[in-house]
Amino acid sequence: MRSPDEAQRNPGAPRLELQGISKQYPAVKANDQVSLIVRAGEIHAVLGENGAGKSTLMKIIYGAVKPDAGRILWNGAPVQVASPAQARVLGISMVYQHFSLFDTLTAAQNVWLGLDKSFTLAQVTTRITEVAAEYGLEVDPLRPIHTLSVGERQRVEIVRALLSGTPGRPKARSHPLGGRAPQGGDLGASSHPQLLILDEPTSVLTPQAVEKLFVTLRVLADKGCSILYISHKLDEIRALCQRCTVLRAGQVTGEVDPRQESNASLSRLMIGAEPPQLQHVQAHTGAVALEVQSLSLVKQSPFGTSLSGISLQLRAGEILGVAGVSGNGQQELMAVLSGEDPRAPTGSVRLFGQDVARASPRSRRKRGLHFVPEERLGRGAVPTLSLAQNTLLTRTEAVNRWGWIDTARVERLAQDLIARFKVRAGGAGAAAKSLSGGNLQKFIVGREIEAGPKLLIISQPTWGVDVGAAAQIRAELLKLRDGGCAILVVSEELDELFELSDRLVVMAQGRVSPSLPIAEATIEKIGEWMSGLWDQKDKTAGEREHAEA
Amino acid sequence: MLKLEVRPQPSKLMAVASPLLALALTVLLGIGLFMLLGKDPLRGLQMFFWEPIKSAYAWSELGVKATPLVLIALGLAVCFRSNVWNIGAEGQFVVGACCAGWVAMQADAESSRLIVVWILLAGALGGMAWAGITALLRDRFNANEILVSLMLVYVAEMLLGYLVYGPWKDPKGYNFPQTITFLAVTKIPRLFDGWRVNIGVLIALASVLLFWVLLFRTYMGFQLQVGGLAPAAARYAGFSSRRALWTALLLSGGMAGLAGGLEAAGPLGQLTPYVPAGYGFAAIIVAFVGRLHPVGIVFSAILMSMFYIGGELAQSRLGLPKSLTGVFQGLLLFTLLACDTLIHYRLRWATRPAAVTATGAT
Repeated sequence: MRSPDEAQRNPGAPRLELQGISKQYPAVKANDQVSLIVRAGEIHAVLGENGAGKSTLMKIIYGAVKPDAGRILWNGAPVQVASPAQARVLGISMVYQHFSLFDTLTAAQNVWLGLDKSFTLAQVTTRITEVAAEYGLEVDPLRPIHTLSVGERQRVEIVRALLSGTPGRPKARSHPLGGRAPQGGDLGASSHPQLLILDEPTSVLTPQAVEKLFVTLRVLADKGCSILYISHKLDEIRALCQRCTVLRAGQVTGEVDPRQESNASLSRLMIGAEPPQLQHVQAHTGAVALEVQSLSLVKQSPFGTSLSGISLQLRAGEILGVAGVSGNGQQELMAVLSGEDPRAPTGSVRLFGQDVARASPRSRRKRGLHFVPEERLGRGAVPTLSLAQNTLLTRTEAVNRWGWIDTARVERLAQDLIARFKVRAGGAGAAAKSLSGGNLQKFIVGREIEAGPKLLIISQPTWGVDVGAAAQIRAELLKLRDGGCAILVVSEELDELFELSDRLVVMAQGRVSPSLPIAEATIEKIGEWMSGLWDQKDKTAGEREHAEA
Repeated sequence: MLKLEVRPQPSKLMAVASPLLALALTVLLGIGLFMLLGKDPLRGLQMFFWEPIKSAYAWSELGVKATPLVLIALGLAVCFRSNVWNIGAEGQFVVGACCAGWVAMQADAESSRLIVVWILLAGALGGMAWAGITALLRDRFNANEILVSLMLVYVAEMLLGYLVYGPWKDPKGYNFPQTITFLAVTKIPRLFDGWRVNIGVLIALASVLLFWVLLFRTYMGFQLQVGGLAPAAARYAGFSSRRALWTALLLSGGMAGLAGGLEAAGPLGQLTPYVPAGYGFAAIIVAFVGRLHPVGIVFSAILMSMFYIGGELAQSRLGLPKSLTGVFQGLLLFTLLACDTLIHYRLRWATRPAAVTATGAT
């Protein structure tokens, strides 16, 4: 449904061409002479570490940031994209890594806000349900955003991008508000964006859902929609993309066909070296550190997940991975284990043999339980306070018996953390919110690891963290385990769980599966269990597929 | 065209400069106001910005007004930083004055000078108890503390009215609604003969130091502030929100009650229906203009006191309504809020907006 006019004017021109794009920020040159060509219907990967300039480049294409120099050609014609609204008129839409959703509004209202004003909320709601079904992106349009998990929020973002980036068509605007037009309609399935930018879209999906998304993306590409796919997952890029532009420190270090490359060669382009290989030695397990016994808990929010019959056991010196799509009770379980939700029935949570079901987070911390939450800003750290002050949330060695804070010592503590975990920050006095997500994560993880926990519970340890830093965090976790610490890792990245864990459990619908030694776990099996199907082991493969569909 | 642009980092310079800029704007608006009222703006400004500070005696009067403002605002700063919205300091001030007044009335010829300590203690406890009602209702029934504390102001005023019209009325007071004049032994000691300023100023300055220490050097102050800045982080860390609520309200109630005690046994010397003079409400502005910082509060309290005195002078000497005080206080708060925008944003001259150039593709 592209306008014939446009197709005729530049039949052979690439969909998008960047020429010599540069952007200087006060402290850093985010983009330095970046050139890039995306052809119609091409799935083009942009690969690079955090801070390599990927996000800035995407924001320039999307009109959210103005470049200092360079040209953007859209279907062969030079354009200046002044705003995201204008980008959407051109047919460019984007799914940000950091969500831009209004917490108090429903999914449908959020999508509606991003659209042309000429649709009713009811139309949009229906359309969301259709698109959600079409692409396997389960979204309940009527739920408020604040009740959704991170993964669910991202699905809302993807649906919004699919609906919003439709090239401007004057005829559609003048359509009466009533029922949808019979053929195609304003929001018809054929009106996809011409260029869809996806920033790390798969980090919250099950392997099956990733496969489904890839099918969707390939269908979109076949229909002529170009896709810019930003990721650091090398396997995904090699499976999905036809071209790959690699950025390092704002410059293009290579443009390759990822299908011809190996993970190692891509890594070299991206970070100039191969990531260190983790040494995973046999676990020497000790005494039981954490025991959860038939824990059931009614959800607090109407859209939360009730926990039902959860039992698990974790020993000193081992890492237990918790797999599962977010929104299946992980948040609720974490709150119970950390003590933020003290409603658990007496005796259901035991720490080193002692009942802590109703103990406060502080008293659990005194017994050696440290916790890294999924949300960094606002929960793991206070955004407006300095890094030094943020160490005081969980570290009290600089507080004396009378509650007096030794500020010099707090400062030193923060400086040590910054140095040891290579946190890029403007010193111990920098506000937590001034750090990038990855750097703040390094700081928070470091704060808890350095506390010398006996049990560490960590949620999404490397979400949004670049490859080098992720490897560092994982290595630290393994070191901690080898030192006899019990670790519970909740992650949506299966690769990470397989790399770290000694045993795996899966969470689905508020229940926890039996644990599997890592040697017996396969991606297929875990993916299947993510749908809650671990009770049906004996069924034949055919039946399984049926149940999943 | 002027354009507001988000700063990458909040400006430290503007955080300090913003109150000064606001003051300058208030002065400018004041000049306009005086001109509209047909008065000589210079003389008008003189009433507000020179007369209150021109002599040692004037400073003494300034101290009398600033002391309760500083004391109350310190408590409120802790409250507001903890995200507990105590709007009813005026009521806690009144109940504090009543309790202090009751102790003062028990004095007789044999009382020692130490009774002043008991008077002030009673004031602080009275204010605490009054704020405690708000805390209890919030804690037990999740009743909104803004509404409860505000409504309790009127209850406190009724209570005061009942006492001075009823049981506590001076039998020899020609039926005026007032208590007996407290004995001299109960008087808050003055700093200098002939001037009204008393040791309340020293108490206020000591409190400034104590509150600074509490907020920035103790773990309890840290916990309170985290609870206000990021409730989820406070839960994560395991800081009790109930404890923060009680601490903040009792502390600010106690400070307001202390101010009430100092006022009753100090400049007033008896209880009348005119004990509530608006200090409790003005202190809210003082706390915010002072950036919720103990040292900043001292400066903003002095400024507010200048407005109080200037308003009275403008009434007696220029024949202007006394409500000018309120106008100036309001202007200051408004301009401050406006100037605070510049902490997070900067002004830029936008050259031609670069929009509407993307017609190439359609």
